[in-house]
Amino acid sequence: MNHECLAELAGVSKRFGKTVALDGLDLQIRPGELFALLGQNGAGKTTAISLLLGLEKPDAGTAFLFGLSPLEVEARRKIGVMMQEAALVPELNVREQVELVASYYPDPMTPATAMQLTHTESLADRPYGKLSGGQKRQVQFALAICGRPKLLFLDEPTVGLDIQSRELMWFTLRKLVSEGASIVLTTHYLEEAEALADRVAVLAKGRVIAAGTVNEMRALVVKKQISCSSSLSVDEIRTWREVQSARRDHKGLQITAGNVEAVVRRLLDEDEDLQDLEIHRAGLAQIFTELTQESVQ
Amino acid sequence: MTTATIALENKLSSGVRMPSSKVWRAYWTEAKYETIRACRAPAFGIPFFCMPIVFYVLFGIFLAGSMSHGDPRIVPTMFVTWATFGVMGPGMFGFGMFVATEREQGLLRLKRALPMPTASYVLAKMLMTMVFTLIIMITLIVAAVFIGHARLTVGQYLLVTVINVLGSLAFCALGLFVGTRASAKSAPAFVNLAYVPMMHLGGLFYPLPKSIQPLEFISPAFYLNKLGLWVAGGQSMDALLGNGPSSHATPALCIAVLVILTLFLGTLATRRLKRLG
Repeated sequence: MNHECLAELAGVSKRFGKTVALDGLDLQIRPGELFALLGQNGAGKTTAISLLLGLEKPDAGTAFLFGLSPLEVEARRKIGVMMQEAALVPELNVREQVELVASYYPDPMTPATAMQLTHTESLADRPYGKLSGGQKRQVQFALAICGRPKLLFLDEPTVGLDIQSRELMWFTLRKLVSEGASIVLTTHYLEEAEALADRVAVLAKGRVIAAGTVNEMRALVVKKQISCSSSLSVDEIRTWREVQSARRDHKGLQITAGNVEAVVRRLLDEDEDLQDLEIHRAGLAQIFTELTQESVQ
Repeated sequence: MTTATIALENKLSSGVRMPSSKVWRAYWTEAKYETIRACRAPAFGIPFFCMPIVFYVLFGIFLAGSMSHGDPRIVPTMFVTWATFGVMGPGMFGFGMFVATEREQGLLRLKRALPMPTASYVLAKMLMTMVFTLIIMITLIVAAVFIGHARLTVGQYLLVTVINVLGSLAFCALGLFVGTRASAKSAPAFVNLAYVPMMHLGGLFYPLPKSIQPLEFISPAFYLNKLGLWVAGGQSMDALLGNGPSSHATPALCIAVLVILTLFLGTLATRRLKRLG
């Protein structure tokens, strides 16, 4: 057990029937970080989180939460949880929902404070069953933070939120991290992980295939993307040694290359009319696709 | 933007102990909101409050009264019988339907991940059932006194109420057993599958034919009804309608069966809840 970690999976394996969900997974959540867990559907993200929350038991290896078993209620008093699929009691209003969950913690916020932080004050007296999908996610976020958690588990927190609500939630998450909380985030929105995460881990087939800061992940995938308007043939460009892929779409010619400078030089040499030249670093989405494809292959 | 601040603890490798007063408060809050939500649930609160009193007044007081030719045994018998009927529903449906729905929709999983006190979920539903049962008993007693002109002593009313409030826990255990196994859609059907035969086989409303009379012993309603009749001085339907002696069960046997059933099914179901959610 690593004493510097808030939560840890050490050599954890888990099977469901013949399906291997986790295969010797090691994962550590450090103090004060926003950690994003990424992976395709079935990669093992939900199972990993379930083990850290004590909802599943590992077949091999150990899960720790604040140095204790996640089954210990004393450990879970330091966490907040927002699950992707959890229908709360429809007959209770928002204030009542927050008051109920806050009662599980030794030193919770008042319901008013939790609702203020999550911008749900205007919903306080409305029954949960009458809220829209996005409003329900905001209320679930209020429940997740109302116990002043040291570690917050958020599973797809911004699904169903409009842009403004999503940005407000991001703001609150950054604020929580700046005040010392740690966050474990699973998301399908890679721009969300890119915008928020201090550290990212990509899971595939129940193992971590890459982990590090977003910049460290970029270094793993050295490709860059060139975008331009050119009359050169895509088929011809694909034959160039430095080019890894090329295609034409509505924005023009899109070229992915390792040695991007050499490709740009050659493009300019061969097409004097070349316009709208742009070079992009690989985004997390591209890195993710690259890494998970490599893993599958 | 908000100015609220969040204080956080610094110790990493340790859990957080909670004063017992706050743990009790968590139990209380869970029970309070479970009762409030049950009262607000349109398919739950109104039917279970209204059905026993309406049926008791219509069938137990007016209809049975007009057919009883002044038989004094009818009044306490009808009171106890309809009270037994009334207290069966909240526990069976409250646990069966709510637990199945909350399991399927992920609420129970969320609560298991949160630091909810271990027994809080089940105890809150038990307390909700007991509150419902108590209210049902009060409405039935008011009707018995003012409409049915029943002549039970205060002690008899109190004892029947205590028996039924505690006896409702057996039906909670049955409902919980169904709720931990059935899906949200199938739970009402499975609960009805137990509820209706239990009511009829318990011999609450008519005597069973001699050939199937031993089946009374498999119905928990039979034992609860027997206890109530014993306290209130009522008679079973067999004795009342001249169908010969009723199935014999001493009060001690009735209590033992109800307690064992509650503990056995309750233990099986809570183990499953802890293991699988």
